[in-house]
Amino acid sequence: MLEIKNLHANIDGKEILKGLSLEVRPGEIHAIMGPNGAGKSTLASVLTGHPSFEVTHGEVSFHGKDLLELAPEERANEGIFLSFQYPVEIPGVSMVNFMRTAINEQRKYRGQDPISATDFLRLMREKKELVEMDNKLTNRSVNEGFSGGEKKRNEIFQMAMLDPKLSILDETDSGLDIDALRIVANGVNKLKRPDNATIVITHYQRLLDYIVPDFVHVLYDGRIVKTGDKNLALELEEKGYDWIKQEVGSI
Amino acid sequence: MAEDILHEVTQSEYKYGFTTEIETDIIPIGLDENVVRLISAKKNEPEWMLDYRLNAFRKWKEMKMPEWAHLKIPEIDYQSISYYAAPRTNGPKSLDEVDPELLNTFNKLGIPLEEQMALSGIAVDAVMDSVSVKTTFKETLAEKGIIFCSFSDAVEHHPDLIQKYMSSVVPVTDNFFAALNSAVFSDGSFVYIPKGVRCPMELSTYFRINAVNTGQFERTLIVADEDSYVSYLEGCTAPSRDENQLHAAIVEIVLMKNAEVKYSTVQNWYPGDKNGSGGVYNFVTKRAICKGENSKVSWTQVETGSAITWKYPSCILQGDNSSAEFYSVAVTNHHQQADTGTKMIHLGRNTRSHILSKGISAGVSNNSYRGLVRVGAKAENARNFSQCDSLLLSDKCGAHTFPYMEVNNETAIVEHEATTSKISEDQIFYCNQRGISTEDAVGLIVNGYAKEVLNKLPMEFAVEAQKLLQITLEGSVG
Repeated sequence: MLEIKNLHANIDGKEILKGLSLEVRPGEIHAIMGPNGAGKSTLASVLTGHPSFEVTHGEVSFHGKDLLELAPEERANEGIFLSFQYPVEIPGVSMVNFMRTAINEQRKYRGQDPISATDFLRLMREKKELVEMDNKLTNRSVNEGFSGGEKKRNEIFQMAMLDPKLSILDETDSGLDIDALRIVANGVNKLKRPDNATIVITHYQRLLDYIVPDFVHVLYDGRIVKTGDKNLALELEEKGYDWIKQEVGSI
Repeated sequence: MAEDILHEVTQSEYKYGFTTEIETDIIPIGLDENVVRLISAKKNEPEWMLDYRLNAFRKWKEMKMPEWAHLKIPEIDYQSISYYAAPRTNGPKSLDEVDPELLNTFNKLGIPLEEQMALSGIAVDAVMDSVSVKTTFKETLAEKGIIFCSFSDAVEHHPDLIQKYMSSVVPVTDNFFAALNSAVFSDGSFVYIPKGVRCPMELSTYFRINAVNTGQFERTLIVADEDSYVSYLEGCTAPSRDENQLHAAIVEIVLMKNAEVKYSTVQNWYPGDKNGSGGVYNFVTKRAICKGENSKVSWTQVETGSAITWKYPSCILQGDNSSAEFYSVAVTNHHQQADTGTKMIHLGRNTRSHILSKGISAGVSNNSYRGLVRVGAKAENARNFSQCDSLLLSDKCGAHTFPYMEVNNETAIVEHEATTSKISEDQIFYCNQRGISTEDAVGLIVNGYAKEVLNKLPMEFAVEAQKLLQITLEGSVG
């Protein structure tokens, strides 16, 4: 599904990703962990095409397409979804209007007619239940006045609405209390299918109790330096990242 | 980076820029007493009307163009403009007699003049250059005693009403442009709603400048008698021409006891090209007077066109408990300049006014809000709330706010709030990541920002206005 080869990327001339490679197949959940500044969020930004980042080297293919050639909205419409670490507020634009626009853009991209009002409302209702979203929230402007937890829940709600092939959850657990964390993780688990995949970017092992990864990668200094199964996350939780740094340093 | 994205989003063409090939009766350029007499003669006006014009002309000659606005106005040569241009047609007309080319023009603008095709529930007075081409639904309205006709018709058939109310709200010498208009105005609309009548349909005037080197000087007079209600819409477009065109209009509204008038404008005069060449100079005086108690007036304007806009729809709150609202979205792009706002003059007791102004600036444009709230000594318990927001889409444009307050009664409460914001790169990227293109994202965000005002427009207009905002800003994100 997703193949990243030797990816290098800069922001403001500073190299953050320094030869990152990763392969994600349908049905898999990959966790990416690592200390602050390792390049975790940069990876999410580069994959989704944030204009502040410049790819200097490497390849990324998504379902056989050269992802780096596509505009951010094309990547989204190809089925890549980013749950933002800091969701953005858009005053005056209702969630309903925002979601309908997004869904219709996706349908247009795929050569389908706009969604009917009835189907749209049914979809909204169904997906709201999935993330236990309050009606009040979907009637408000996009993320405006939402609490931290509500914003994250709203990200997963949008993910459910757009039904992506690849979801990237960027620190979705940060700022969540344990109940919100459970709701968000439940949503993600319910959306899991053999034909889609998830990349979970996180600092802490905590989220991985709920969203169980097939692979855990350690990102350090712009590269994936270690890959294991879910037990690697437990080991990191226990021992911290220093031993990894030492391992890398000794190579 | 955000600047790059923003720059991409505003390069669309003005879609009403076509011209109509039609035989036009146009008088030579220049302005003197003889021209004023000629205009009056062409319109077969009674003597009192000519005297009114000549008086205005003499006053105008002594006046100077106002210079206080935050606008760079190139010198205007008032002798290089033709003050009267009329498509050649024969007098008051049934639809069959109207030149098909004219019907075609208005069809192209989305204003069908055939009543069976017309937008349901909207009566239209279509004005091209200096004359009214056609007024629809006149007979239907007459059954309720409503007068809706061109200003020329009103001068002929309702001279008593015209003489009583014309210039009762905007005096001839109110300002330079008002005096000019009073001297040379050619047509416009007249509305009278009798006592106790709710006008059953939206009334609208559609103004179109077509001829080269002409100015359009129309005036509108709306009189809402006791316990009446009317909603009035005004739309404006002009062809894309390299030279500037002058538009100096007057709108007067008189409200008696318990009357309510909603006046909505979607102003889309040709704004000039991307380099600032051409475009309409829009110098307009609009004012309402709430004469009777409990009367209520509401101005809503969406200003996207014109190279230069100088316009302050205002309200004199004379009747006790009367109220006024001003809702405005003004968009400037490229080299456009706008200095617009309102004046709320509180004279009566318990009078209330509400101002909501949303400015959007892009390109190298300049957008100013200018508002005056004056509370007279006898205006016990007057209330005003003003909110002025500015949204910047580039780092080369300007947004300015000039609020003035003069409060002469200590029981009054006057509040003012202002904000300035930018569309951020993060907002655009967030939309992009949900599959929405940058252009659509800007449209979405701008419409969200202007929503409170757009919601005040009648339904059909609101949809048009939303599209218009998006088109005006295409290629402007920067």
